[in-house]
Amino acid sequence: MELKRVVVTGMGAITPIGKTVDEYWNNLVQGVSGAAPITRFDATPFKTQFACEVKDYKATDYFDRKEARKMDMFAQFAVIAAEQAFQDSGIDLQTIDQDMAGVIWGAGIGGIITFLDETRGFVKNNEVPRFNPFFIPKMISDIAAGHISIKYGFRGPNYGTVSACASASHAIGSAFDLIRLGKAEMFITGGSEAAINEAGVGGFNAMQAISTRNDDPATASRPFDKGRDGFVMGEGAGALVIEEYEHAVKRGAKIYCELVGSGMTADAHHITAPHPEGKGAQRVMENALKDGNINREEVDYINVHGTSTPLGDIAEPLAIQRLFGDHAYKLNISSTKSMTGHLLGATGAIEAIASILAMKNSIVPPTINQFELDPEIDPKLNLTPNKAQERKIKVAMSNTFGFGGHNACVVFKALD
Amino acid sequence: MSDIASRVKAIIVDKLGVDETEVTNEASFTNDLGADSLDTVELIMEFEKEFNIAIPDDQAENIGTVGDAIAYIEENAK
Repeated sequence: MELKRVVVTGMGAITPIGKTVDEYWNNLVQGVSGAAPITRFDATPFKTQFACEVKDYKATDYFDRKEARKMDMFAQFAVIAAEQAFQDSGIDLQTIDQDMAGVIWGAGIGGIITFLDETRGFVKNNEVPRFNPFFIPKMISDIAAGHISIKYGFRGPNYGTVSACASASHAIGSAFDLIRLGKAEMFITGGSEAAINEAGVGGFNAMQAISTRNDDPATASRPFDKGRDGFVMGEGAGALVIEEYEHAVKRGAKIYCELVGSGMTADAHHITAPHPEGKGAQRVMENALKDGNINREEVDYINVHGTSTPLGDIAEPLAIQRLFGDHAYKLNISSTKSMTGHLLGATGAIEAIASILAMKNSIVPPTINQFELDPEIDPKLNLTPNKAQERKIKVAMSNTFGFGGHNACVVFKALD
Repeated sequence: MSDIASRVKAIIVDKLGVDETEVTNEASFTNDLGADSLDTVELIMEFEKEFNIAIPDDQAENIGTVGDAIAYIEENAK
């Protein structure tokens, strides 16, 4: 059976550095940091008091009050990004087959804000069980896919992917496979997260996973830098409309690029630490390239996972060098998390968008906050330090790795 | 309008996001005010909280309109 080709025809994003794709991209190219003191709750007692929040977010700017009340913020972000992508794609609901349109959506955590609010209410009310009937449907991480399908009447495959920080890449990869197999013609896919609350920050603090550079939040996310001390929590959503190539051509859609390959592997090593030599990371890139029938020398840009944690930032460049050999030095590599922070389950989606726009605009967004490279990282690698670089890109890939040892990679190629 | 009636209506306006003028005594939560079954459960819980009463499930099933709610609460709230 011949696999169908898949293209990207729409994008949407709500991020800490922009609430539209255009604003997000412009700030990526300018090297703007989204980190700032936490405004959502009083973070004074916490080791970390800053994060990359979506700035000036008001649910009622996007939803009526009744609608907003029934959605956790992670689902609100999902619907907002999906709507932008839907509009961008120019899809006419009257002319597509909605039975063949699906939604696969990633969220690493789900409605942790709702969960904390409801359990707080339970304790405050002397543990008399009076939970809100919307508690569960607000919290469960698959609900974002449900909301999006209801909004557009997409009756095809519909589910959520959960693989921590790889969730959105798994969503994109899964949707890609279903189109290739002919089980659907198009998807809205991507991921969202909204975990900047007391439980999220406190939980990651306890793991010593996030930066505590409270005196200088804007330079806290510094992947590969010697002074890095953990990731910076972000929030938001990214959405892609992907569809079968002929389907897109027939409706005269604007096509950004082709989605040619995806890889999925596990480290099978430790619940939170990456494999020290990046074995799972190496194999996931290798699998994705093979899946897309792409030679290593064809790759121009890797948007890396690069979270600014001590271990992960060593293992990933090693994996790249082992896989690409000398070509590793010809690649542009960048971690846009240096600007956006780490959007957890949404990260694979907004970084897929960064990769696609890098290709479209021939500009590689930088890794900002490069002061002194970690001596364990080969200085001959081009990490696109501090300033965007112009480059014609034919093939771009996006890596994501999640707690649990989940690795995912997607590969995009410019249309000939 | 009695104090109870105005408080009941304020809750309905707030939770269902409807206009005050729609909240007549005859209005049905599901048929007229756009509530689904979860909305209805939430409304009953809000009434319980506001008036400090417990509405058993078998009684709650009979509360389908704004007027039903006001009548039940007027009878049972202390």
